[in-house]
Amino acid sequence: MKDELKNGEEPVPGDAAARAPDGVPLSSFPLHPSSFQAKRARDPLWVRVLLTALALGFLTVLVVVPVIAVFAEALADGFGAYWEYLTDDPDTRHAVLVTLTVAPIAVCANIVFGVAAAWAIARFRFRGRTLLVTLIDVPFAVSPVVAGLMFVLLFGLQGFFGPWLRANGLQVLFTVPGLILATTFVTLPFVARELIPVMEAIGPDEELAALSLGANGRQIFWRITLPNIKWGLLYGVILCNARAMGEFGAVYVVSGRIAGETCTMPLQVEVLFQDFNSPAAFALASVLTMLAVVTLLLKVWVEGRVEKKKDDPQISQTNTD
Amino acid sequence: MSQSNPRVLPGYRLSISFTLFYLGVLVIVPLAACAITAAQLSWDQFRAAVWTDRARAAYALTFGTAFVAALLSSAIGLLVAWVLVRYEFPGKRLFDSLVDLPFALPTAVAGLVFSNLYVPNGWLGRFLVPLGFEGAYSRVAIVLVLVFIGFPFVVRTLQPVLESLDAEAEEAAALLGASRWQTFRRVIFPALLPGLLTGFALAFARGLGEYGSVVFVSGNMPFKTEIAAVLIVGRLEEGRPNSYREATAIACVLLAASFLMLILINRLERFAKKDEG
Amino acid sequence: MSITVQNVTKRFGAFVALDDVSVTCPAGELVALLGPSGSGKTTLLRVIAGLEVPDGGTVLFADDDITRHSARDRNVGFVFQHYALFRHMTVFENVAFGLRVRKWPEQRVKERVKELLHLVRLEEKAPLYPANLSGGQKQRIALVRALAPEPKLLLLDEPFGALDAKVRAELRDWLRRFHDELNVTSIFVTHDQEEAFEVADRVVVLNKGRIEQQGAPIEVFEHPANEFVMDFLGNVNKLPVRVEGGRALLGETGDVELPAKVFGASANGRTDAYIRPHELDISRTAEGGNCMLAKVVHINPAGSVVKVRLLAEDFGLMINVDIAPDRYRALALKPGESVFVTPKAAKIFEPDYAI
Repeated sequence: MKDELKNGEEPVPGDAAARAPDGVPLSSFPLHPSSFQAKRARDPLWVRVLLTALALGFLTVLVVVPVIAVFAEALADGFGAYWEYLTDDPDTRHAVLVTLTVAPIAVCANIVFGVAAAWAIARFRFRGRTLLVTLIDVPFAVSPVVAGLMFVLLFGLQGFFGPWLRANGLQVLFTVPGLILATTFVTLPFVARELIPVMEAIGPDEELAALSLGANGRQIFWRITLPNIKWGLLYGVILCNARAMGEFGAVYVVSGRIAGETCTMPLQVEVLFQDFNSPAAFALASVLTMLAVVTLLLKVWVEGRVEKKKDDPQISQTNTD
Repeated sequence: MSQSNPRVLPGYRLSISFTLFYLGVLVIVPLAACAITAAQLSWDQFRAAVWTDRARAAYALTFGTAFVAALLSSAIGLLVAWVLVRYEFPGKRLFDSLVDLPFALPTAVAGLVFSNLYVPNGWLGRFLVPLGFEGAYSRVAIVLVLVFIGFPFVVRTLQPVLESLDAEAEEAAALLGASRWQTFRRVIFPALLPGLLTGFALAFARGLGEYGSVVFVSGNMPFKTEIAAVLIVGRLEEGRPNSYREATAIACVLLAASFLMLILINRLERFAKKDEG
Repeated sequence: MSITVQNVTKRFGAFVALDDVSVTCPAGELVALLGPSGSGKTTLLRVIAGLEVPDGGTVLFADDDITRHSARDRNVGFVFQHYALFRHMTVFENVAFGLRVRKWPEQRVKERVKELLHLVRLEEKAPLYPANLSGGQKQRIALVRALAPEPKLLLLDEPFGALDAKVRAELRDWLRRFHDELNVTSIFVTHDQEEAFEVADRVVVLNKGRIEQQGAPIEVFEHPANEFVMDFLGNVNKLPVRVEGGRALLGETGDVELPAKVFGASANGRTDAYIRPHELDISRTAEGGNCMLAKVVHINPAGSVVKVRLLAEDFGLMINVDIAPDRYRALALKPGESVFVTPKAAKIFEPDYAI
């Protein structure tokens, strides 16, 4: 088994290395051909061209055309009309407001949860750990409609807490707090799922070092953990926010779709669509599409930062070593 | 990955209790509510609720379209991932980012625009409808929008697998006399299979539960283009005394399928990981 | 089948991996391509296998020019450094792969694989996956997988590089015996000169994409063509000398003469002399007078020779000397003692070859 461990390592038996002549500069090491060039270019040209054309064709039909279509339809009646569709309807304005209320609250709640769950799962071993990880995935697996239904069962008039809430003059269903609950449920896994692997990959060494140097829990978190996970956290937040703003099925069920009260932007798109007010629906949809595009840009930016961060410490480390 | 000894670092109690509390309130209690509500129905009532002709048609449609869409997603996803990992072409980075768009785009927007593209005078329907391709208010429409939502899962699961493929294994196959096609079929494809299955399962699971986009494109005709999620919403809105419970019963069928998929995906991912090691 | 490489050049971008390389491998011989990292030895192997297309030059198998043939058509067995076993296939399936893609009848495939696994004594591993094998076992499976389709040529890239020292030595002997039984022309790449000299019939020394020397091991070892080969082939003492009147004298001053042939071009200048550790002798007395005073720094008695490291303070030089254990016991050396070191042989290269 011992030699098994050595697989994949560069063979540099001390003996032979010592005898190799000095002064072979690092730069003269060959860029091992199999590591890039050869691997990528081996298919015949016609295969490469055909497959690339097919793949780009699918991407174009499936993704590019729909995105362009959204803006084309939204702007079909000109810029002025587009602006009116967006701003003249008080219900549409209110839907934007609702979305801007619901999404940040849901995202914040899930940030706190994500950090706590990642800390517990990535830093400690305990019974039921795997079960907990699976439990976090549940909202991904459950259909949004079923998620909404579960909250109706809890807070609806025929539900478990409905009569009690009503007796106390409270209402959750068909109100903004209900939307927040449903949205939080649906977007629950995003931050945690992103942070757990990041924290596991970093390992506890730095935190243990801080602990041995006398740092308390809060100091460890703010000075060591958070700086290490910030990009992963941001990544999770971006994805979580996109889903929170775009969620449809779950909020559809709990909102009652009361225009001007409990309609989020996606719900308002549907209301307008059902009213055969297609241009206005597309105008609002174009705003959501821009949101998606911004999300993607942010995501690419964060990924770029993470990759840079991955490279940098290694370089500086070999320099200082 | 190495783990610290249990409980050396601070914050175990705080983080674990908060995590359990949060999951309890948001996940366990709602799930329990669902289970208890369904249990309030007698077995016959339950069966009557989940096994009506209309419900059966909805299951068949839901599972059928999700399955076909996941198959198509797997094929397209494999193709796209292959091209993105192995070939160089201008605009590669842009196309790579575009794969994520279906993740970021609200499903309602996807539904809205797909409902408009394939109608007879839509951008694509203009060319396709005369060819007999009914891509609006039909089962085909549901499959289309589910492929849009599902294929990124396949691409994103396969990309890392393709990147980590052993280039030397392919060279070894060629040196042993295998043609490109034989190498793909016997060496590359088996290595991709766990990832492909995972991607398929993810796309399928997502397709089972999808509501936002389908509701726009399908037309929601009972027995024809009504999926299970739409049926649940319909039952809920009927407002009959037992309609909540009937909706819950149908939801339980969907939930059971979701959990099966969740377990399957977990297994597949673990299997794929073991395969790497 | 003999292999001839003629004037092969291969570049990767600005990096010249092979620079006008010509090599001949006589049929049935076991040839070692020896060189440090970046010397182009692996690239040369891959060019012969058809995994790289050279920018110039030709590769001949016997008398056929196969430079443009694809790897698939060359019928070459290739053993990768990290084995490149197909991890989703069992050991049996791995070995059978080359036969099955050639559409051998299944019965013959079974017989051949069984025979090969028997040859490497791994029959019982047939149903296992590569992940369940040790490094040495993987190596042997990679080898028989390459041999299964009866190749005319066997190529091995750092065949023992990824193994630990003990397994490496075992497999080395085994490869030699194996080669003698099969008598397939074989070429292997290594950076370990000991490995090359122990196993090969013929050694090709590469450096920076060029051939420094090729020939039988004894020839290369005893008559290194230049300083690089001398330096690379073994632990060697490199000592500065000054040439005065056709004599090579050690250091800046003094008259310790080294018994080396001095070439005309290096007359009356400064150069380096090379002395192998076994070409030096240690004594308690200054017999003959042509010796230097040195202090024992370290003694490594493990092995078939005793390795003594000394510091010649007059010259500021560290010197390695190998002496026989008997001699070591007779001298009763201890660290810190001062002794006399006498050069028995030395080599000075023509300055044109200096690197």
